[in-house]
Amino acid sequence: MHDPAHAQEPHQKNDHEHDHSLVPSDPALRVKSLESLLVEKGLVDPAALDALIDTYEHKIGPRNGAQVVARAWVDAAFKKRLLANGTAAIGELGFGGRGGDYLQVVENTPSVHNLIVCTLCSCYPWAVLGLPPIWYKSAAYRSRAVIDPRGVLREFGLELPKETEIRIWDSTAELRYLVLPERPAGSDKLSEDDLAALVTRDAMIGVAKVTLAKPEGRP
Amino acid sequence: MNGVHDMGGMQNMGPVQPEKNEPVFHERWEGRVLALMLASGAWRKWNIDAMRCAIESIAPAEYLRMSYYEKWLAALRELLVKRGLVTRAEIESGIPEACSPKVTPPLSAETVPQAIARGNPVSRDVPAAARFKVGQRVRGRNIHPTGHTRLPRYARGKLGTVERDHGVFVFPDTNAHFLGEKPQHLYSVRFAARELWGEQAAPRDAVYVNLWDDHLEPA
Repeated sequence: MHDPAHAQEPHQKNDHEHDHSLVPSDPALRVKSLESLLVEKGLVDPAALDALIDTYEHKIGPRNGAQVVARAWVDAAFKKRLLANGTAAIGELGFGGRGGDYLQVVENTPSVHNLIVCTLCSCYPWAVLGLPPIWYKSAAYRSRAVIDPRGVLREFGLELPKETEIRIWDSTAELRYLVLPERPAGSDKLSEDDLAALVTRDAMIGVAKVTLAKPEGRP
Repeated sequence: MNGVHDMGGMQNMGPVQPEKNEPVFHERWEGRVLALMLASGAWRKWNIDAMRCAIESIAPAEYLRMSYYEKWLAALRELLVKRGLVTRAEIESGIPEACSPKVTPPLSAETVPQAIARGNPVSRDVPAAARFKVGQRVRGRNIHPTGHTRLPRYARGKLGTVERDHGVFVFPDTNAHFLGEKPQHLYSVRFAARELWGEQAAPRDAVYVNLWDDHLEPA
């Protein structure tokens, strides 16, 4: 019982003492068991669970952030407000709330490139990008983004000139960041909607640039 | 806590491995865990800092082995028991105790959109004098608390510059342990990459960290 490696999971130490059907080790079974307990006690409503999952699977995702970026590219006054007060300007488009109560937008320029990370956990701007991809939550990314940003970006196929100033934003508070990527050259004639379609999640984290190529298969 | 979660600057964690066309959830149970955490959180028996603290309290080897949502599941189980919503016996059996009263969940499918829109506001409209000014040179304090802290190890003892004062926010280091919100100023502090990592870093790169008054001292 006092093995610190299992301090959080005392049941694992006691597997041999219990009926295994009551102490499932497979996460899917353990979650099922927990959900049924919480529902039976009236602590959670299963319909609320469905609504939460539906929200993050279908309603809140990187298309939100892409709208913000495209608006900033076509509307200079909006862009100014966005950089001065990200929360308020993004709120104009109806985005905010959980995982985006406080938002700061950081702008990429020919000389400055911004990169977002959370070294301590996996804080991410849910309100504009949805839930984070696995790589963003991985030890590989969280550990190296701050000490070796160029090496990390190279793994995404992005090589930056050595004169570029890289700013890494470690999300240690309830303030979340969104990168405003550079508008791709040759996009002058595109509509706001067409521009939004070019903006990828990865570009808004800062591990990619936006290009005119259709972002098929690219998040 | 100088735990393995505090990953900024660690090496040998392998390459970053992005996944093409990544789904929001890879397994059904992952979405259920996310939803169970949010729906249980609606009881307000804990706060987001306590949740992070519960994740950080997972033993290091387990922390590194577990996926993101496995960590959430472990943390949720601990929070539910420690904050008295369920008993350890109930968690292990998945069955409510005989005397357990049936309660009404605070979150329903109908109130999910409002709850997400309301978010988790942690700025506080209380008077608190800022200890530092924008442009001031500061140093990350050389502290090693055994509890929760949002001051990453890599910033401790390092010189930085206050770039922005975000106003007064709840202090996670006390709030995580239910020791009060201790509202104080939150700053964006710029650390030159070379101050953090030495000559191997590019000369113009910088890491921006959100830190509170109690994390900083005048330089």
